[in-house]
Amino acid sequence: MATATEPRRDAQPPERSPQRDFRGGRDRPVGGFELWSWLFMRISGLLLLVLAVGHVLIMHVQDDGVGRVDFGFVATRWASPFWRTWDWMLLVLALIHGINGLRVITLDYVRKPGVRLTINMVFYVLGFTLFVLGSVIVFTFDPSKWPGYAS
Amino acid sequence: MATRTSKRKSDYGPIYKGHEGQYSWLLHRITGVAIILFLFAHVIDTAVVGWGPNAYNRVVRVYENPIVRLLELGLVAAVLYHSFNGIKILLVDFFPSLAKHIRVMGIVTLVVFLAAMLPITWIMGSQIIDLLRD
Repeated sequence: MATATEPRRDAQPPERSPQRDFRGGRDRPVGGFELWSWLFMRISGLLLLVLAVGHVLIMHVQDDGVGRVDFGFVATRWASPFWRTWDWMLLVLALIHGINGLRVITLDYVRKPGVRLTINMVFYVLGFTLFVLGSVIVFTFDPSKWPGYAS
Repeated sequence: MATRTSKRKSDYGPIYKGHEGQYSWLLHRITGVAIILFLFAHVIDTAVVGWGPNAYNRVVRVYENPIVRLLELGLVAAVLYHSFNGIKILLVDFFPSLAKHIRVMGIVTLVVFLAAMLPITWIMGSQIIDLLRD
């Protein structure tokens, strides 16, 4: 897999002051897949800022936190298409953002191409499986199958 | 002539102490890995809701354990740090002239994170204490 993560080559040589070396994150890739991956991490990160932080505050902090979460709670919450959409978007974006992060880390630390590919394939397959499982549950969950529990 | 067979600590030079940015980079990486590993488990435990109330309620009962709740507090901290540090990365990436203020931005990130964690630790901490009282 070709990776292009070296600094951007502009017409002028890149400015390298000590302050410039303090910057966070990695240099923007030159182009191709890595540039799209770089851009995706930033756009999905911005969306996850709302989706994930909101999710964490609502589910883990508000009221009794996770102590109030049970089947009835999920049934009430997922009665609303808004929360089903929220949770599905969070599922998809967090999985892709997280697994792409693992890919970047693997490229940093694993040198052997075969081992790299194996590790990444494990994460891709796991991610795809969880995407299918989560999507099916979010969209097909029907509490009326268990009468008496749905509130 | 005596020869040393094992290397001493001093042979590797002093411990490298990087800039603040190195530590925020490391924290970003560690919190990111922690969150995705939790997410793998979390998708599966939430999916159990599709198998009905008995199965799901048994799964979420794991959160009645105070140690699990402490780990949960750590998860919330990881998500918040990763988010706030992510904002810093976005700002510097899309407004490169901010790079000269990266040190201040790092400090602001840390202060905002700690300020957010203060009430959250209080709230989640009292939930854990309530749990211990029952």
